[in-house]
Order: sequence, then structure tokens, then C-alpha cells
Amino acid sequence: MEVCGGHTMAIHQFGIRQMLPPTIKLLSGPGCPVCVTSRIYIDKAIRIGQMKDVIITTYGDLIRVPGSSSSLERERGNGMDVRMVYSAMDAVVIARENPTRQVVFLGIGFETTAPASAITIIEAKKSGLVNFSLLSAHKVMPPVMQQLIHEGIRINGYIAPGHVSAITGTRMYQPIVENFHIPVVVSGFEAADILHSILLLVRQVESGTPRVEVQYKRVVKSEGNTIAQERMRQVFSPADEPWRGFGVIPESGLRIRKAFSTFDADLRFPLKMKESPEPKGCICGNILKGLQAPADCRLFAKKCTPDDPVGACMVSSEGACAAAYKYAT
Amino acid sequence: MIRTDKILLKHGSGGKSMATLVHEIFMRYFDNSILSEKTDAARIDVPNQKLVFTTDAFVVDPIFFPGGDIGKLAVCGTVNDLAVTGAKPLFLSASFIIEEGFPVTDLIRVVKSMAKASAEAGVKIVAGDTKVVHKGKCDKIFISTSGIGTIGLKQIPIATGKRMKPGDHIIVTGYVGDHGTAVMAAREGFNMQIRVRSDCAPLNHMIQRLLKAGIDITFMRDATRGGVATVLGEAVEGKSLGISVNEQKVPCRSAVRGFCELLGFDPLYIANEGKAVIIVRPGDALKALHVLRKDQYGRLAADIGTITRNNPGRVILQTQTGSQRYLDMLSGDQLPRIC
Amino acid sequence: MCLGVPAKVISVDGNMAGVEIGGVTYQARIDLLDEVLPGDYVILHAGFAIEKVDEAEAAETIRLFKEVLSMEDQEKDID
Repeated sequence: MEVCGGHTMAIHQFGIRQMLPPTIKLLSGPGCPVCVTSRIYIDKAIRIGQMKDVIITTYGDLIRVPGSSSSLERERGNGMDVRMVYSAMDAVVIARENPTRQVVFLGIGFETTAPASAITIIEAKKSGLVNFSLLSAHKVMPPVMQQLIHEGIRINGYIAPGHVSAITGTRMYQPIVENFHIPVVVSGFEAADILHSILLLVRQVESGTPRVEVQYKRVVKSEGNTIAQERMRQVFSPADEPWRGFGVIPESGLRIRKAFSTFDADLRFPLKMKESPEPKGCICGNILKGLQAPADCRLFAKKCTPDDPVGACMVSSEGACAAAYKYAT
Repeated sequence: MIRTDKILLKHGSGGKSMATLVHEIFMRYFDNSILSEKTDAARIDVPNQKLVFTTDAFVVDPIFFPGGDIGKLAVCGTVNDLAVTGAKPLFLSASFIIEEGFPVTDLIRVVKSMAKASAEAGVKIVAGDTKVVHKGKCDKIFISTSGIGTIGLKQIPIATGKRMKPGDHIIVTGYVGDHGTAVMAAREGFNMQIRVRSDCAPLNHMIQRLLKAGIDITFMRDATRGGVATVLGEAVEGKSLGISVNEQKVPCRSAVRGFCELLGFDPLYIANEGKAVIIVRPGDALKALHVLRKDQYGRLAADIGTITRNNPGRVILQTQTGSQRYLDMLSGDQLPRIC
Repeated sequence: MCLGVPAKVISVDGNMAGVEIGGVTYQARIDLLDEVLPGDYVILHAGFAIEKVDEAEAAETIRLFKEVLSMEDQEKDID
């Protein structure tokens, strides 16, 4: 199984599955940060965005993710000020340029992206910015990787995320190897990288001595990026976090620490949110877990299309369903 | 004399101020004998041939971008819509909806650009309208156009692609993705310096040369929004033919590739404003490339694939790794991704 | 989150670096890296350089891939 949106995309783009023998099955796991963003988070972002003088800033593909009844894109059509940014720092610039308005940045992403949010918050504090806050939905990978196996999904090996690992280092995968005896290979994103990683996994499975191995040696060091890790620790602390399709996974999210609480949009905009059921027929949860494939969903390509997505797996271009729709053979 | 430096509501109200605006800007730069008759509708003489008629609207933001502006886009876009049917574009109309407060110098700049583009394309802008709306009711300036051209009987099947057969070659007239990249990079919020200019250009002369050289074109369309991938999809949609395209043969600047990599875009879906997809009989492919490459707008024309019997209605991309995948039409704009 | 693109560092100024990817230049934040010098390659993600590309390892990877490709051409087994 791969658990990285970039890998999902690359595998589809390069037609990797076509190159593999029938004895190797590639599962697509919850590696798309947009896809695992809970509906409540979107609902909250919309509620905040609807307040007076608020500017919502976000990474691109989050705007189409459906909440319980609407999406940021739809709300933008209704007049909400939603702006796409390439970097969290761009949101700070917007805050500086609009001192009379509250700028809220939607902090999604895994460990690759959380350090950028951390630096942004540190900088906002240093410059005494009063109209900027971040709504965190940041998540970390190892708990969900363990959860999948706990749920009984048959995985013989993990293709581990390349850029997450560049930040975190590889030690965090050790418990997976030790507790479940399955190999973990950290992979790059070129076709040859992925094929190489699959080969390394197969070899490990055959040898019967699983370990954590790095294929993406040109970028990933076993200790990772210690500066980034330090910044993350400085600003965030682990917290229970809801994952779309999984429910709450303990210690799988990042919450802003007390020292930076003025930049926590959750605290700045306290809201009582109501949980709502997943839309009928949507099996995003099972697809994110690799239990079912997009083709198994009765809404796939019929009611749920990239144009009009029902579930998050269809929204982000690296979601399993969007990738399957676009690249299906 | 226009004494203000900003367009005001009175400039659209039909009175003296509007007359001054029309005379000093539109009439002056679009200068032609039909316009100068100052009638409410243009009386045009068209040779006794079949007519082709198109309409379009332009709302691009920013209005000035590397390689062009909303005016040039309006003229070239309309001219190309006509040209890719195999027609000779002749006359255009241009309606302007202008936001109150729009700088007069910007209007002059846009209009001059339209005059230049029309002159290059050899078309006349013979009818127009001006409306000015309250601030906030439109984004700076919107331009709506129509265009008329004449078409020979032989060219009529080109637009529908009815004559396409398996084996026909697919040519794209140059680098893909330049326009969309230039415009996106010029927008606020992207903060990237990129030396890519829009490819906005009138293609009618180049296409007429192809027809004059006797090239048998079985389908043609300009690749605008949705990119080359969308045009390919449209070519075979609902037909019993398919398309096979070689990803590596599609010409694309490294700067455009770099921009796409940064944001997670696919160049095949990015907008163009000066590129055509031309499908020709196999025997004419080499000659077509030869004719195109002699033209300034076709120097990098490339043969990228063929019409096939397989996968009816679908476009198959042969990827750089040797595998295949479907290339579907774009659903909505591509969104920058972080993962 | 993985859309990380290798970019070449052209200039460095405090916590910013001018980086270049195939003709696109971008001002990236380098707060997450120790020492960045012009000529270095970094992985750019969401406006930040998150790690350097180790040139020796990159060269080794390229060599390995080339070897695999040439093996495919000769129809040998990949060992």
C-alpha cells in the first residue's frame, strides 16, 4: 500500500500497475491530505468564512471538497472571500495587507507541510500580527498506517511517503516493522523510483526479515530534517484528530500549542459543530482504507464525478477516485 | 475631447460624452470605411459564399499579461474560431462593458492592441457598443465579440470531423500551455517569475496557406481553455474513432513544464491562444508540417499521434514510461495541489 | 503531502533563496535548512525548501536507473 497522494498520482500517471505481475497488487491508502479532511472541518471553515470581514486562505484543491452541505468553492460563488495561496506565508502577506480583516489559513497537510505552517505561525507571533490565525487539520502518518493494519487490511508492505519522510526521518516507521513484521520502503516519485521501491519490498518479503529501508536516498536521511522537526514541536502538539472515513484516530493530528494559542483559529472562532452522516452510497471511507476500489462505489462516475464530487476521494486530483477516473484503463 | 483620465458612467449613457469616447478612441483606432459611415448597423458586402458566424466573450484577468492583453485576445480568439473551420475571417464586432473608474489610458491601450491584431489578421471591426457600469459591477473591462467569415464548400466538413479516418495524423502547431501559464503566473498570489509569454496570435493566414497547399484537413480546432487534451477529446467524442497520442512528441517549453510541476498541473490541459490541433490525411502529414514550420506561428509544429479504430470516443496517451492511460477532458479548472 | 519539486538555488538572501525550476524562478523560504548555497538543489514544497538533494546519491540513482534501462533493452533479468 502507498499512503501518499504524490505516489497515488505517480502510479496512475506512469501506469505502474500495468507493469506489475498479477502477483503484486497495489493498494491506494489515505495519502491525500485533502481527501482525509473531515467534513466538520470544511463546515467550520465555511462558518468562519461567513463571518464579517473574514478572508479564508487555503491551498488550491481544498476549495472543492464537499462539507455537509456546501464547499468553499460554492460559498465563494455566494460572495465569501476565499483565496487560493501557494504557500502559508502568502496568507500572512494577505493579513498584513488587510489589517482590518481577519485572515484565516486552512492548515491541512501531513508532516511535509506542517513545518511551513509552524514557521508561519512563529513569524506571525514575532511580528505581532493580530489578524492572522490558522485552523489546523494537520495530520501525521504513523498512527493511520498502524490503524489500517489494526482494521485487518491485508498489507504485505508499505511504500512510505517520500517527502513526509524527508522531514520526519525514518525511525517513526520502526514500530510498524516491529509490531506487524512488514517491510517499509521510503520511495521517490519517479516511475523508476516506485518500481525500485516495489522491488525492494518484494525482496524483503521474500527474505522474511522486514525492516525500514530508504529508496529515496537522494532526499531522505534517516534522521530527517531536524530543524523542521524542532519547529513542528515548538508550535504543535499531538492531538486526537478526525480522519474522513476513519473517524477519530488518537494522537494523529497536530494542534497549536498554548504558547501560540492566539493564532489558533479554533480558539479565535469558537464554534459548536454538529456531526452529520456521510452521504448515502459514499464509500470514501473504505476506499481511503484500500478496502474497496473506486469501481466498487455505485456513485463512481455516475453521481460522483470530478465535476460534481460527492466524496473527497473524487475532489483532489490525487484522490483514489479522481486518479482512477482520469487515468483508468 | 476626453478630459477625464477615468471612464465614467456618462461615457456609456448614449449622450455627448459617449459620442466623444467612441469618436476619439474606437473610431480612431479601428478606422475603416464601414465604421466611419456611423450607422447603427454595419452594411457589409460579402462574396457570394457560405458564411461562418461566431461569438465570444473575454473577461480575462489580469487584462494585461506578458505577450498580450484582453483586446488582442478578443480579436485573435474570434479570428481563430472562424479560421479553424477553414473559413476566411472578414468582419468583427466588439462590445465593451467597462467598469466606472477604468483608466482611459488602459482603454486606449486595449483598443490600440485590437487595431493592431485586426490589421495583422486582415479583418475589420465594423460594429461595436459601449456600456459603462457602476464600480464593482464588472471587473475592469469585458469584451464581447462576433465574427463573420466565408467558407468554401470543400472546407465545410473540417469543423465536424466527419471525414476523419483511422490513420489520420494529428498535428499540434507548437508549444502547448504558454498562454495559461503566462496568465496564471501574472496573477497575484503566485509570486513566480516566469519568462513565458502568451502565445496569443491570429492563425488565419497560416491555415489558409495550408489549405492553399492542398493539405487534406479532416478536423481542426484551436486549443483554448481546457488545452490540447480537451480538443482531442472533442474530436472523437461520440464517434467510432479513437485517438492515440505520444506524450513525448507534444512540444512544451521547459519553463511551462517547470511551472506545471510546481503546482501539479498537466500542460496538456493548460489554455492556449495561438495553437491549433490539425488532423490531416497520412499522406499530407509531412507536407503540412513543412508548410506550418515556415510560418512564425507554426515553427514548432509537431506530429503527435493518430486517429485509431480502437477505444472509440477516447484518447489514449502513450506515456514516457511506455505505458498507456486515458486522457480525458478537463472537468473544471485544474487546481494547484500540494501533494 | 508530497508535491515537492527539485529546484536549483540561484541566489541566497537571509531566509530567502531564489530557486529555479526549468525557467521559472521563485523566492523560497529556506528557514528549514541549515546552509543553502547557490548551486545546491532543494526540494520545494508549498513555498519552502524542505530538504537538499544529495548530489552524490542523485548521481547514483541516475546510474542505477540507466543500468536498469539498458538491461531492459538487452532483455536480461533484473536481479
